[in-house]
Amino acid sequence: MTKAETLLRTTPAGLYCPAGDFHVDPVRPVARAVITHGHSDHARAGHGAVLATKETLAIMGARYGEAFTENPQAVAYGDAVTVNGVTVRLVPAGHVLGSAQAVVEQSGARVVVSGDYKRRRDPTCASFEPVPCDVFITEATFGLPVFRHPPDRDEIGKLLHSLKTFPERCHLVGAYALGKAQRVIALLREAGYAEPIYLHGAMQRLCDLYVAHGVDLGDLRPAADHMKTPLLRKVFEGAIVMAPPSALNDLWSRRLGDVVTCFASGWMRVRARARQRLVELPLIVSDHADWDELTATAQELSPRQLWVTHGEEEALVHWANTNGLHAQALHLVGYDEEGEGEPAAPPPVEAGA
Amino acid sequence: MKAFAQLLDSLVYQPQRNGKLRLITAYMRETGDPDRGIALAALTGNLSFKHAKAGLIRGLAEARVDPHLFRLSYDYVGDLAETVALIWPARHGANRAPELAEVVAGLEAASKTEQPRLIEGWLDALDADGRWALIKLMTGALRIGVSARLAKTAVAAIGGVEPDEIELVWPGLSPPYTELFAWLEGKGEKPSGIARAQFRPVMLAHAIEDCDLETLQPADYAAEWKWDGIRVQAISDHGEMRLYSRTGEDISGAFPDVVDFLPAETAIDGELLVFREGEPTTFNELQQRLNRKTVTARMLRDYPAGIRAYDLLQQGEDDLRPLPFRERRARLEALLATPRERFDLSPLVPVTTWHDMQKLRGAPPSPAVEGLMLKRWDSSYLPGRVKGEWFKWKRDPHLVDAVLMYAQRGHGKRSSFYSDYTFGVWKGDELVPVGKAYFGFTDEELKQIDRFVRNHTEAKFGPVREVTHTGETGLVLEVAFEGLQRSPRHKSGVAMRFPRINRLRWDKPPRDADRIETLEAMLA
Ligand SMILES: [Zn+2]
Ligand SMILES: [Zn+2]
Repeated sequence: MTKAETLLRTTPAGLYCPAGDFHVDPVRPVARAVITHGHSDHARAGHGAVLATKETLAIMGARYGEAFTENPQAVAYGDAVTVNGVTVRLVPAGHVLGSAQAVVEQSGARVVVSGDYKRRRDPTCASFEPVPCDVFITEATFGLPVFRHPPDRDEIGKLLHSLKTFPERCHLVGAYALGKAQRVIALLREAGYAEPIYLHGAMQRLCDLYVAHGVDLGDLRPAADHMKTPLLRKVFEGAIVMAPPSALNDLWSRRLGDVVTCFASGWMRVRARARQRLVELPLIVSDHADWDELTATAQELSPRQLWVTHGEEEALVHWANTNGLHAQALHLVGYDEEGEGEPAAPPPVEAGA
Repeated sequence: MKAFAQLLDSLVYQPQRNGKLRLITAYMRETGDPDRGIALAALTGNLSFKHAKAGLIRGLAEARVDPHLFRLSYDYVGDLAETVALIWPARHGANRAPELAEVVAGLEAASKTEQPRLIEGWLDALDADGRWALIKLMTGALRIGVSARLAKTAVAAIGGVEPDEIELVWPGLSPPYTELFAWLEGKGEKPSGIARAQFRPVMLAHAIEDCDLETLQPADYAAEWKWDGIRVQAISDHGEMRLYSRTGEDISGAFPDVVDFLPAETAIDGELLVFREGEPTTFNELQQRLNRKTVTARMLRDYPAGIRAYDLLQQGEDDLRPLPFRERRARLEALLATPRERFDLSPLVPVTTWHDMQKLRGAPPSPAVEGLMLKRWDSSYLPGRVKGEWFKWKRDPHLVDAVLMYAQRGHGKRSSFYSDYTFGVWKGDELVPVGKAYFGFTDEELKQIDRFVRNHTEAKFGPVREVTHTGETGLVLEVAFEGLQRSPRHKSGVAMRFPRINRLRWDKPPRDADRIETLEAMLA
């Protein structure tokens, strides 16, 4: 009988399963990787073999080119694959399109690697499925009790209210290109917003990919088509433009005229952080579990061991250990401090964008 | 409360004045009475409940949350109100969120022992933004970059009226300002603003140091002496006579000799002074009449008081305050054209150039003059210190002993003399320039300085001569100036406003001139 605690261990490349000889979300190139989702700090190029959902493989292909691995292996949610005698299943994590928890099992011992996850409804991806386990490896991006994300509908309501108050100003919404942007667009559509939404060039490919996977995003148009002359730029007055966060305060955004700078992120919960980024309209929309979701999930699963990684580990470990769980911090390195899944360096702005 | 919280939240992030105005106007339009009126009171600093202490709020939170988690969170967030607002654990089934008006009424009514439970109940019922706004409101620390004036300007936009119109009716209003909103929305009469014989907030002047005198056009301004008494408002309204200090304190009882002679049905802004033979005396004389419990016949005889009138605010049914100063002044002159007991007119001083005014105010016609007042001819009479409208120009300038460093040839008839001087003060053991002056001295003094410059030239750069300025050799100038400001462009870090040569200090060795620290102290 395998002890669950030995099924996975930390290495400089990330979480490693010695029995199966594979890594989960490795931060360095390895021979065999299981990838939970397409955010670039989890899904890197250059692994020998990659096991992931077909959506995650498509996202990696769109980002790194089709040659990102020699051996891609798509697995549907729920299907079991055996790797050197260790069973691996991918179960929805509710984070972004194609995101999965990795369920790793051998001889009755089970470890679940949550990857990044959230518990609330998201019209652009499958919902998180709780899987009972011996060891649950949880993220803790928003692992402080001050992080309680408000209902999405209220945040989208703030954006629509601002459009009413400032009907002549362009509302430039900063959002991570994978997941957040599409979710915000989908939520706007659910709220009845039917106007065209304009996209920064860096958003286009992933929005197309979502649409190709059956996510309805309504009327999307490239902002670049309207940037050339002041007359063309008039369409931005009172319109919504989606851009990666790095483009919010750069030259590109200045050409949009008088903009209300919005930023959709869980970090917007803390005013000082929002002001630091010169945001005028913070939208607290996150693809990560907030404090209540993190603690509720840990309680629901009640694993024998809770391993905490990725963010504010100390507070969540403290909470777990004072609430009848056994928790420890994993201290994995190589994942974004901000944890919202985008590289720190600004993504290249496409020509003409 | 939810709408108010959203307003505060959006104001915090709004960098532009215009944006703030629009957010407030939109809120006032979308929100009903009495909440919007309470919000207006909060933004203009007109709420009167006892503030809750930050410590109380923190205590309530720590009773609910693991202290270690609270500490980690506070470290992360850095702001107590925000930490408590965010960390407060929701209690399901808590009462419905309170309206803003309920919160304010509750705080006004609650005793100190009731306060914590009341607050706790509200914190349970509100969401994070609501809790944050509540805590800011309760602790009296909104800090959202909105002045009372800005809030009133936003309210004025509802009715498309000038902000000054709001200012004029404001003194007669109180929260929740229902009649104000009714008027602005065209559903009611304009509030009259003023009760019988009620004090009107006085218009104040900015110090001249706060403006760039050179940018003001002399033709736009009237000048008059600023008299050395106390500023008062004298009102006669349907037989009621009142004398108010500039803060609105009723001092009628102390000055029956003045009140008895109030011109009927007027409100006059003026200076209360003790007069002798028709001439005002200095503040020392008036002081004998101030802060006395009883007024004796002897005092009335020895220190007869009167008012030197500056302005006319009301005449019969007419509120003159919206009129330009020029018209108010004309009415005041007509009113006081025939001599009357205890009231006379503060004379205007013809305005020529600022340089001449400068000299004039240094040599006023009476020891009871404190300085000069400059008033825009077109200024309405508005409460408080309104930008760009009125300036006071005090008689006593600042003085500093500086050392002549460079001299430059003058223009026109002075072109044969070195008449423009750059002077400096000591910083460590070197002199740093702090200003330039080219007037203030007599023709005789000009010749003396010119001779000194020619005899002590160290170097020549075109029309400029460097003049010897060591600790032992050099010319000390007593420089008078109006004000001082920080200036990164100057090596000394300070720049003087309106410097001029007040005196030549042939008697003083340069090493005894002032140091930069003296100027820096004036800045603080
Ligand atoms: Zn992550
Ligand atoms: Zn992620």
